[in-house]
Amino acid sequence: MLDSSEQETKTFEPLIVAFCCNWCSYAGADMAGTARKAYPANVKIIKVPCSCRVNPTFILRAFQKGADGVIIAGCHPGDCHYTSGNYYTRRRLTLLMSMLDFLGVDKERLRLEWVSAAEGNKFAEVMTDFVATITTLGANVKLRDLRCQK
Amino acid sequence: MSKIAELMLQEATQLLTTQAVDAVLAWRRGEMGYDPAPAFFRQAEELTDLVYNEFCGSNLSKYLLAASQKGERVAVFLKPCDTYSLNQLLQDGRVQRELVTVIGIPCGGMLDIKQIKDQGIKGVKTVTVAAGQVTLVTAYGTKVVPQAAVLLRKCTACKGNEYKIADLELGDKLPVPPGTDRFAQVRALEQMTAAQRFSFWQKELSKCIRCNACRDICPACSCEQCIFDNPQAAVAGKANANSAEEQMFHIIRAFHVAGRCTDCGECARVCPQGIPLDLLNRKFILDINEIYGEYQAGATSDAKAPLLKFDPADAESTIVSQRRG
Repeated sequence: MLDSSEQETKTFEPLIVAFCCNWCSYAGADMAGTARKAYPANVKIIKVPCSCRVNPTFILRAFQKGADGVIIAGCHPGDCHYTSGNYYTRRRLTLLMSMLDFLGVDKERLRLEWVSAAEGNKFAEVMTDFVATITTLGANVKLRDLRCQK
Repeated sequence: MSKIAELMLQEATQLLTTQAVDAVLAWRRGEMGYDPAPAFFRQAEELTDLVYNEFCGSNLSKYLLAASQKGERVAVFLKPCDTYSLNQLLQDGRVQRELVTVIGIPCGGMLDIKQIKDQGIKGVKTVTVAAGQVTLVTAYGTKVVPQAAVLLRKCTACKGNEYKIADLELGDKLPVPPGTDRFAQVRALEQMTAAQRFSFWQKELSKCIRCNACRDICPACSCEQCIFDNPQAAVAGKANANSAEEQMFHIIRAFHVAGRCTDCGECARVCPQGIPLDLLNRKFILDINEIYGEYQAGATSDAKAPLLKFDPADAESTIVSQRRG
């Protein structure tokens, strides 16, 4: 017999939003698909032109609308299609993670990873790992907006 | 202070009568002695209302934005800390330098009328500051309080008495008020557990009434169209799942000025609910200083803000996050 809290974690399926850059990580997800590498279906991918297109507002909005974790995936440093976009992303996300932590929100809910178009394996690994982390953390309550619950 | 006010009046009168400028941006006398408000003076005759005293804490830099867009030539009186904000606006290309005449005016720390009232002092008529003591002549007699006890919150972390940009300097520089470590409170929060921090911000941010005063006053917030003015944006606030959760507005507001915030402290000064909003900005400043090197926004008008540049050798976000526990 499981107690209610245990039951909850067993049935909890996190919602993960992945912002993937068009040139590397989105193609990396494709590669994972063609290579038949399985990764959890909890991950919902949103394609962006570049990881630096991701405004911090997008991330917060995803959390508001019920995402339990947000991951931003872009080209490896030095490989950006636009030469330097991901360097800006890195600075911004470092500060945003630190700010979430400062406000007492789990900073593990936000992640930045570099996945190239050839790294189908890495894409699947990163996503599996992230989903596992978020499943342990449980549902995102602190950043969820009641108005978005339908 | 009254000496400086006289010099300001002389300068302003000359500038307006010779039509060297279209307007003078300064403070206008309020109803009481302690409520002067920022004002544009366009006629020399109006200048009788010009005032400069220990309650002129407001930063006039932001008002230059609208004037610059209209192409008005403005002479502005800036205290040393306000010159940082103007530099930042120039750096962001939001104010036209050739339209602005910057007149530096000395400041020895501005006073907070709310703190004076909180000490039970009523009916304040005149104020004099000397040697770290504030002498208040009130309707109920004379009171003396230490300056440190009634300073504006932002003045307890004074940036010094040097002007970072000025065409002209009036009067002699005044001594810097007694200061404290501006990051002390940020560090204290960092030492707490995540749960304690969350409840601290719950308590503070749930006071927010979304009056937007912090946004409107901020000299670094200079967008013509603001995301928060769009009713469809939906990121403005947040309906709480339980009685007290923090709002998103303040994260976005602080992030938007990260790297460009000069730490002028106006956001916290104008907050009608007394939320220590400058802590969010200072957290970003502290992080930038620690991770990307010391940077003071507005120290020059030609520097590049830390979030607008990068170093290929920057630390990885996740690693920084993990190392800091």
